[in-house]
Amino acid sequence: MTTPTLMDYDEALARFEPVLGIETHIELGTASKMFCGCPTTFGADPNTQVCPVCLGLPGALPVTNHAAIEGIIKIGLALNCEIVEWCRFARKNYFYPDMPKNFQISQYDEPLCVDGHLEVEVEGETYRIEIERVHMEEDTGKSLHVGGATGRIQGAEFSLVDYNRAGIPLVEIVTKPIPATGERAPLVARAYATELRELVRSLGVSDVRMEEGSMRCDVNVSLMPRGAAEWGTRTETKNVNSLRSVERSVRSEIERQAGVLADGGRIVQETRHFHEDTGRTTAGRSKEEAQDYRYFPEPDLVPMAPAREWVEELRATLPELPAARRRRVQAEWGLSDLELRDVVNAGAVDLIEATVARGADAGAARKWWMNELSRRATAQGVELAELPITPEQVARVQAMVAAGELNDKLARQVFEGVLAGEGGPDEVVAARGLKVVSDEGELAAVIDEVIAGNAAVADKVRAGKVAAAGALVGAVMKATRGQADAARARELILEKLGAS
Amino acid sequence: MSAITRDEVAHLARLSRLALGDDELDHLAAQLDQIISAVARVQEVAAQDIPPTSHALPLTNVYRADEVRPSLPPDRALAAAPAAQDDRFRVPRILDEEA
Ligand SMILES: [Zn+2]
Repeated sequence: MTTPTLMDYDEALARFEPVLGIETHIELGTASKMFCGCPTTFGADPNTQVCPVCLGLPGALPVTNHAAIEGIIKIGLALNCEIVEWCRFARKNYFYPDMPKNFQISQYDEPLCVDGHLEVEVEGETYRIEIERVHMEEDTGKSLHVGGATGRIQGAEFSLVDYNRAGIPLVEIVTKPIPATGERAPLVARAYATELRELVRSLGVSDVRMEEGSMRCDVNVSLMPRGAAEWGTRTETKNVNSLRSVERSVRSEIERQAGVLADGGRIVQETRHFHEDTGRTTAGRSKEEAQDYRYFPEPDLVPMAPAREWVEELRATLPELPAARRRRVQAEWGLSDLELRDVVNAGAVDLIEATVARGADAGAARKWWMNELSRRATAQGVELAELPITPEQVARVQAMVAAGELNDKLARQVFEGVLAGEGGPDEVVAARGLKVVSDEGELAAVIDEVIAGNAAVADKVRAGKVAAAGALVGAVMKATRGQADAARARELILEKLGAS
Repeated sequence: MSAITRDEVAHLARLSRLALGDDELDHLAAQLDQIISAVARVQEVAAQDIPPTSHALPLTNVYRADEVRPSLPPDRALAAAPAAQDDRFRVPRILDEEA
């Protein structure tokens, strides 16, 4: 098979219109598994969190985890879905060693949540992503492929399977086809995954860590010639494991499919794998037909009929959702769209809000988190929230600034001390002897010394060259180790030299 | 017309990882055809107002609390495995169709 030429992205978009579809799997953060009491701790030793139920041993019977159903209903409600009145689990039959019982308990034609939507924003434009369904299933085990090209399936001689993950509650969220995103298709896909992650995180039902696999995206892409009425054949790129990869995989698949179609080729409906290193996808197995899974109602589990009262109770417990929250903080903090975007992208909304809750004004709280602390987080290569400083401590520093006990320069030194593990703000201030010299008498004495020691400069100021006073202010700041109020020092210098 | 074709039986056998010879396919296709035809007679009497039954018990909403119970010790979990290595189930190389 020859490798078809990729088409340049802009040309591909000039000729073809992409249609997207995204399936997202989210592991719920329940204490126990979906149908048994095994724990769900991430990173446990292999096969230490398995039992007869999740190993599919003869005679074992599953029982549904109530908290998982509560979790999926919350997700469904947050996605504006209808929660159906009655539905069943289905058995999805397939032979693959990631499930020891040769089937996965899932839902087929009776998903628990249907017909929702989620709005996302890209470059100032809002896209309403329609949600087809949200259904409940169980996660599969993890395989380690050994021999041949180690770690890859190709050429593997055998596989070692750990079933700790098998049976962890998994929610699958499926969009309807997303048309008319044009050249923004990769950005829309990424924005959707980002917004979905924020939404689920706000519900507290999953840690949604893509790098640990508790959120995974399968991205469907098809192309149709511009102006065509019928959608093209789609491919499904599996297990795209970062937000950036969601964007790159869509872009790459558009370039590849356009190349194939332009060469007169045909797109095969298949599963593809995304490779982080090359940013390209390669063909996986041809997609099974749904009928090959021989779905049938799960005989070991009775139907679910969530009471309407329960659903409404859960609806009432939903927290403020991310979109509403963004609108609120934008108004409360007086942010432009761009400023809001920066705060959101920096992951600073929670931190600023918590700092404001502890008494800081919003402008100052945002300034510290977005400038000084963001800079330090970037330098250390960590997320803002991972810095060893709390919103309470930031609020305390700002309180000292507001009271005139610290200036901005000293405040930065306090942050440095706190981040270096020297203790809380008050301890750092005390240990480093940081304090604005606010005593006028003390400041005046320092100024007199500086004037006496810089007679030539002082004479220039007396002669009317006010700009020269800067050198004297600098000398005062140096003499006070930065603890003087520079503006006040300047006033006093000019006063003393008769230049004010 | 038969209720299931020989090709369909061969396909099902492949999905079920059953290696059936030609003789067996002939034999089973005929048998399955009879079984399906017999079961299909139920559909003839099922009227619109009789919902399909998927469970013998008239129960809904059977749940357990989200509580952790002890898992098996790894040696017992692996005891029934045909092969094990490094506390994991060892299985033959993954199917070619995945490559
Ligand atoms: Zn278990």
